[in-house]
Amino acid sequence: MIGTAAGTFSGLFGVGGGTVIVPLLVLWFGFGERLATGTSLAAIIVIGAFAAGAQAIYGNVDAAKAALVGVPALAGVVAGAAVQQRLPQRVISGLFAVLLLIIAAELVF
Amino acid sequence: MEVGELIGAVALGLAGGLVGGLLGVGGGVLFVPALAIFADQTQLEAESTSLLAIVAVAAVGTWRQHGYGNVRLADGLVIGVLSPVGVALGVIAANAVSERTLELGFAALLVFVASQLALRALRAPADDRDRGSPEPAGSDG
Repeated sequence: MIGTAAGTFSGLFGVGGGTVIVPLLVLWFGFGERLATGTSLAAIIVIGAFAAGAQAIYGNVDAAKAALVGVPALAGVVAGAAVQQRLPQRVISGLFAVLLLIIAAELVF
Repeated sequence: MEVGELIGAVALGLAGGLVGGLLGVGGGVLFVPALAIFADQTQLEAESTSLLAIVAVAAVGTWRQHGYGNVRLADGLVIGVLSPVGVALGVIAANAVSERTLELGFAALLVFVASQLALRALRAPADDRDRGSPEPAGSDG
């Protein structure tokens, strides 16, 4: 169910599934925030690989440019995950709410 | 590519990874504008190229979070495998109503979900570091 919902939104808006998966796991399935974000990342590997593969067939994926943002991002995700372990879970929910509002604003404007 | 563009792309990439690690998303929300603004890609190319970076971030993020005990691998894989069904539904929906309607509808949904998360954050006890990690029956953790 979550996967279907996440796929629907990523198909519609080009947003990663994580913005849908994390709130659904937290609000509907009773996951703690840390468990929800970790499990979401595992799902995104699969979703992203499907989508990247499909776009690569159409020649839309530029590996060098992906590395340009992706390599620094690897340092970022290691640091982000480490910082997250030190945050109260409520803070993660609060930050996620801010992220969703930013995306909503981007959609409207 | 000029030095300024390079710095911009690297900085947004780093920030996208940070958001990914903190909040369990892929980082595309920052990768796409980074690629479109600093790497001379069209919106479609940027969204497509960002997927590759997202997969890398998600893989490393999963590895780190698994080390912290925060991944239910089987649940994640099931969610991931089911998502193409949703993509098909999304395409059907996208053809049924206007793009602007979809954007506004999704924005409204995001605001609602944000309010629910904010309420949860506000209602949570101050010391909630271990709250809400359900003991999964038959999970592979």
